[in-house]
Amino acid sequence: MSEKSAAVAHQFETIEQQREAATLGMWVFLATEVLFFGGLFMGYTYTRWSYPYTFEQASHHLDATIGGINTAVLLLSSLMMALAVKSAQLGKRKPLVTYLLLTALLGMVFLGFKALEYHEDYVDHIVPGIRGFNFEGGSPRHAELFFWIYFAMTGLHAIHVTAGIIVITVMAVLAWRRSFSSEHFMSVEVTGLYWHFVDIVWVFLFPLLYLAGHR
Amino acid sequence: MILPTRFYIKVCAALFALLALTWGLAYVDLGSLNLGIAMGISIAKAVLIMLFFMHVRDSGRLVQLVACAGFFWLLILLGLAMSDYQSRGWVPTRRPDLSQSHPASKGEVPRGL
Repeated sequence: MSEKSAAVAHQFETIEQQREAATLGMWVFLATEVLFFGGLFMGYTYTRWSYPYTFEQASHHLDATIGGINTAVLLLSSLMMALAVKSAQLGKRKPLVTYLLLTALLGMVFLGFKALEYHEDYVDHIVPGIRGFNFEGGSPRHAELFFWIYFAMTGLHAIHVTAGIIVITVMAVLAWRRSFSSEHFMSVEVTGLYWHFVDIVWVFLFPLLYLAGHR
Repeated sequence: MILPTRFYIKVCAALFALLALTWGLAYVDLGSLNLGIAMGISIAKAVLIMLFFMHVRDSGRLVQLVACAGFFWLLILLGLAMSDYQSRGWVPTRRPDLSQSHPASKGEVPRGL
């Protein structure tokens, strides 16, 4: 016990045990997140099953190009995050800061495209409840349901991206101030888990929302 | 366990290839197969991200179990709820003809009601 390094909190025996506990805690949180988004996926499944034709019509109205580019942006940001965690494992400070900032930057590019898209939707009168919802083709009431689900799912996802950007930026500042070492980098690894999860959610949202009506 | 940078880049390349595949296939009419294939590709992408980016492959059994648990519960949610909606109407009951009596819904009549 006497050779415990300073990075190990007093309730843990070893650094490996501490690392495993932190990772496990994050995964428990992510399991609750799966079900948080799961309610919306359930709503999507039921509504699409009920009104398949109108759903495809409404989905066709979304900009698949912006959605696809945004998927690529998030996948790339996940690679940057994985490389940030690797830099942290090796205790390399400058690459860690750089990769964290690149991850946050790509997150902001994602939000930028999302804002552009929301603005297009606003101009096209397809935001339910604002400026009079108007949709041609299919049945307007059920198309409105699709757009409610679209805004709820992408909105909740965008909130998660925003939170991720804030946490990643904080991590970059901490890394810059030499708060991490090759022994002690749990916060970076756990932040990475959260960011990859947000990426996984989008991996499902893209085909379900944007590609449903293109064939 | 520290994975080589080239390995992460290969995983990312595979994810981009799967993105291109799902995007391209969306423009090909495969009938009801479209949704199944798109979801299959999304699951493959999620598994790649979890195994390698999130290090599930190199984690302990407990972490692996918890990582699967959330998705397992989601399947229960979707499975039980949809089996309810799907099986409504299997037992014949007297119900109103919604296509006539629901003038507000000018369009599709919901299934399973």
